[in-house]
Amino acid sequence: MAIHKVLGTETEFGIAVRGDTGFNPAVASSLVVNSYPGARVKVQWSYEEESPGRDARGFGHDTFGLIDPEGAVVNSVLANGARLYVDHAHPEYAAPEAFDPLEAALYDKVGEWVMHSASVEVSKISDKRVSLYKNNSDGKGNSYGAHENYLLARETPFGDVIRYATTFLVTRQIFTGSGKVGSENGRQDVDFQITQRADFFEEEVGLETTLKRPIINTRDEPHADPSKYRRLHVIIGDANLSEVQNFLKLGSTALLLAALEDGAIPDPLDLLDPVESCWTVSHDTALRHRVDLDGGGTATALELQWRYLEWLNKYVEKELDEPVWQQVLEEWERVLVGLEEDPMSLSNTLDWVAKKHLIEGYRARDGITWDSARAQAIDLQYHDVDPERGLYYRLAARGSMRRLFTDDQIKAALAHPPEKTRSYFRGRCVTDFSDALVAANWDSLVFDVGESHLKRIPMMEPLRGTKEMVGRLLDEAETAADLLELLGG
Amino acid sequence: MSDRERSKAKGRSKEEGAEQEADSAETEADLEALDDLLDEIDEVLEENAEEFVKNYVQKGGE
Repeated sequence: MAIHKVLGTETEFGIAVRGDTGFNPAVASSLVVNSYPGARVKVQWSYEEESPGRDARGFGHDTFGLIDPEGAVVNSVLANGARLYVDHAHPEYAAPEAFDPLEAALYDKVGEWVMHSASVEVSKISDKRVSLYKNNSDGKGNSYGAHENYLLARETPFGDVIRYATTFLVTRQIFTGSGKVGSENGRQDVDFQITQRADFFEEEVGLETTLKRPIINTRDEPHADPSKYRRLHVIIGDANLSEVQNFLKLGSTALLLAALEDGAIPDPLDLLDPVESCWTVSHDTALRHRVDLDGGGTATALELQWRYLEWLNKYVEKELDEPVWQQVLEEWERVLVGLEEDPMSLSNTLDWVAKKHLIEGYRARDGITWDSARAQAIDLQYHDVDPERGLYYRLAARGSMRRLFTDDQIKAALAHPPEKTRSYFRGRCVTDFSDALVAANWDSLVFDVGESHLKRIPMMEPLRGTKEMVGRLLDEAETAADLLELLGG
Repeated sequence: MSDRERSKAKGRSKEEGAEQEADSAETEADLEALDDLLDEIDEVLEENAEEFVKNYVQKGGE
């Protein structure tokens, strides 16, 4: 039986300072992160525990382990267990580890609220007006990431992940894309394509995330007990505004990985050229393009997704009881049916369709062309996290986007961590013991309780430190010193 | 929200009878909703699209 799929997202937000074209993005990002007005603790992020240069295929790459001085500048842990920091030239929100895909989608949505409230604060304390965009491309050949993370068992052969997940990741683009006007990075010209990211993928497998991006990223950095766990770092997804789409992206991928670990994917459905298929699938908004299969024959991305859905329907029926998986399957089927009958029927569900619908509206009414500045401006502004200016938010406010969460749920998730993963312990410590918390990482917290040594609490098990396990203990402890004593040392 | 609904109702009565050349795939109600949507979006769209797009450059990340 596959291990539970603890999961979460990390998103780099695009940043612009209005009226200031020469702004330094690292400085502006620091301003944003530093200005966040919500509950949090500024910490030292314990870099020594991170090893982004370790490769899941078994070889190392030491130079990647060097501390990036820019990245180390501003780091904080929020009351909901998230990490808010500056990653190179972007503010980044890494959501807390979630127990299931619905919770992961909720805590991902919270990131938009965090960024918006930080930008509002910036405008109060400085004369700068910062706009933040939850997208993945500037339309000029620069891309930044929205990564997903899924817990896998260490014994899962990485070769199986490559073999069985590649085609899934390429074809899921038909419902994970956030839409983009034009193409980039030397790809074939198109008016509009399904994803922001596809143009930037150039390898099937690899360690890189910033150049020659691979469909399967091999970074072996579990942020948990490395003898028991892997973390699959999925870099080939778009940042999504649509709650339903994000839930489907996370849920379908988590299911695929669980089934893969249980040997329940009967056929790898190998593509003849996964990288080229990645581009052609994204470029085909009519969803009619047939990709070449390695064993001969062709199929559309939609046909291949129907195969996965069929297998995973059976898998869930046999292995998984929790209602959330049924919900994933239902949304998945609904979306595949919609894409099959008329993709535009999903303008209330998928970001790429909603965006295309808007721009098509302007083409019909005002005669704008796909390569016009206005079309590109609509593309960009769709992703603005400001609820007044962001076009996604305007659509959602008038009921034109299906939602999964209420604003009250999002507000609660801003202030409180998930309860069924170790992020509960992290978030509660931020709320209750902020004075003593000096350093953090995904798998540890470090406290200064006034003794000669700092005390480090390891959190190597993603499913420990839950409310059920430590809630009472946290309630009882009045100080961090109490907490450490209650924890036994 | 209620303001928005009111202006929606207003927009609808104003445009009755106008713009009959509907794409057969879309119903009149859909088109009205789209017009109404575009009117709302017009109000928040960046005024200088060219500058806005040109100045949006992102380097570094991941």
